[in-house]
Amino acid sequence: MHPAILGLVTIAIGVGGCVGYFYLSNMVLDHVIFPARGPNAGKNINRANQIRPWLFLFPALFALCLYLAYPVVETLRLSLTDRDADGAFVGLANYTQMMSEAKFWEAMRNNMLWLIVVPALSTAFGLLAAQLTDRIRWGNLAKSLIFMPMAISFVGAAVIWKLVYDARPAGTDQIGILNAVYIWMTGAEPQTWLTLPFWNSFFLMAVLVWIQTGFAMVILSAALRGIPEETVEAAIVDGAGPMQIFFKIKVPQIKSTIMVVWTTITLVVLKVFDIVFAMTNGQWETQVLANYMYDKLFRSNDWGVGSAAAMVIMLLVLPILIWNVRNARQEMR
Amino acid sequence: MTQLKLSDVGKTYGGSVEVLKDINLDIDTGELIVFVGPSGCGKSTLLRMIAGLEQISSGQLEIDGQLVNDVPPAQRGIAMVFQSYALYPHMTVRENMAFALKLANKGKAEIDAAITRAAKMLQLEPYLDRLPKALSGGQRQRVAIGRSIVRDPKVFLFDEPLSNLDAALRVATRIEIAQLKEQMPDRTMIYVTHDQVEAMTLASRIVVLANKGIAQVGTPLELYERPNSEFVAQFIGSPAMNLMPGEVIATGTQTRVRLEGGGEALSDYPTTDSDMGLKVNVGVRPEDFIETDEAMLFEGQVDITEKLGEVTLLYFNRTEDDPVIAKLPGVHRGMRGQAVRLTAAPDKIHLFASGQSLLYR
Repeated sequence: MHPAILGLVTIAIGVGGCVGYFYLSNMVLDHVIFPARGPNAGKNINRANQIRPWLFLFPALFALCLYLAYPVVETLRLSLTDRDADGAFVGLANYTQMMSEAKFWEAMRNNMLWLIVVPALSTAFGLLAAQLTDRIRWGNLAKSLIFMPMAISFVGAAVIWKLVYDARPAGTDQIGILNAVYIWMTGAEPQTWLTLPFWNSFFLMAVLVWIQTGFAMVILSAALRGIPEETVEAAIVDGAGPMQIFFKIKVPQIKSTIMVVWTTITLVVLKVFDIVFAMTNGQWETQVLANYMYDKLFRSNDWGVGSAAAMVIMLLVLPILIWNVRNARQEMR
Repeated sequence: MTQLKLSDVGKTYGGSVEVLKDINLDIDTGELIVFVGPSGCGKSTLLRMIAGLEQISSGQLEIDGQLVNDVPPAQRGIAMVFQSYALYPHMTVRENMAFALKLANKGKAEIDAAITRAAKMLQLEPYLDRLPKALSGGQRQRVAIGRSIVRDPKVFLFDEPLSNLDAALRVATRIEIAQLKEQMPDRTMIYVTHDQVEAMTLASRIVVLANKGIAQVGTPLELYERPNSEFVAQFIGSPAMNLMPGEVIATGTQTRVRLEGGGEALSDYPTTDSDMGLKVNVGVRPEDFIETDEAMLFEGQVDITEKLGEVTLLYFNRTEDDPVIAKLPGVHRGMRGQAVRLTAAPDKIHLFASGQSLLYR
């Protein structure tokens, strides 16, 4: 069958199945299990109403358990077993082994660097872009352009930026824009940017900043629009200049949104994998936790240590995630 | 002494949409000027132009003899109280009031003194360390006023400051503003409202705005007793002044008009011989009608009565072009459906020809 037709059939079955499930299960509940007639009609209606939410939630809960909760438990179990001993329970041996590896600490250190730099720069650039594009005629066009990288997959972005950082032997024409500019400005030899330890991590971070700035800008732009115009006018009458209005009136009023944007980007950063995988694969001291996990799990085939790395990532993400969800809920109130 | 002078001031949006034109107005030091007008008449725009939040499209604005068209708001010596209070939500009451002073690089002692004085004046002392969201509407309004007081401006601008308060609080705050004005007799205030009770009670002079310009300027009672046009006559006073068409039949220091409804009215408005036969509208305020058995100005059957206790409103000709309302003091029972004859004293009868008062020709 043609793949397009296959896709359409799949969609039809999926959507039809969902509608069918909700419709039929609701009907069975109302007419067969607790019919709204007979001596217990009122009681049955109440009972049916108590059960109905769970009935409708069941597919989602089932999928969540199967694809989220179970894998977490299974990963935890795997992280406590050993592949050489045929899956025997080894306690925290995998964790100890991981802690003794220099590559793990390199990944930890890099992750922390990413954690500081990327959210800070993305939020700062996003805020700047949001403020500068606010209320100007071509602001929406500028915003669309800045937002566009959001539509590119991380791997796609990595490929684009690999070309930016590309290096050709000295004397030949450079196709990497960074080297072209570098040579034009300094006249020095072309650099293989991605192999320069320490700095290369920042070249990788630039890719994620480039992507996440658009996200930060859109959210912060909406928040800026939400600031009551009269508070800004009051500040003008009070004698505040543009900078003071921005930093003392506007930014404090959208502080909670800034925090949400910051933490949301932090979550993305903690899980960063594709960019490092596609650009350096963790060589030249650019390793990060997610790529380290992938290395262990799928290249070394060491599910024990790989799972342990996954658990570490989860532990790091969890507190920020909880804070973020709480904050978002407060926003909604 | 003239403190604020507007000469031929106009406002045009986008080069073609004219909202105000040829505004000429002199405001003296210590006055409390109220801008009133129907919604969309540009009264807030005019205030914002004085504040410097809107560009003045044409004409000149002078404050204390200095042209301020292009002077930034903070340097005009004005302070503004906004309709929505516009308190900075992330600052405490104290910080809200201190903000402008800090920007002006005032010393800490001076700032504290100004805040203490304003807080005392407005009974805000217990709330100085609260955030605006922990205050009631009336308290927020007082903070907004306090924020303008601490700057010690020459001119206070109020943009419908009471419209977000409930009725009882509105009355209380109105009185507070009046008292505040008394404590600062040398400070000028300009106050925008659409509420004519606020205008009548607060103003030293009222500016009625309509049709992109000033309809009339005067003290509240001048506007009430001697409106210069049908518009002002009907805008000031509630229920609005009745207008009844008629024809001048006798002229002189007093004018006699025969009404189309059959009655006759004698007005203190003077006319000349050339006015003989002039088509006029006779204006009588509902509260100026008196019941009579003799020569009457108006006779009609009461359609509906509204008994408010202190007064009774009688509605006549409700479905016709020229409905008439009379406001009689006290309670009147069983008036509905009855024929009533009404008249009014000559000094209470206003005459208008083509919309303009005969007094101001």
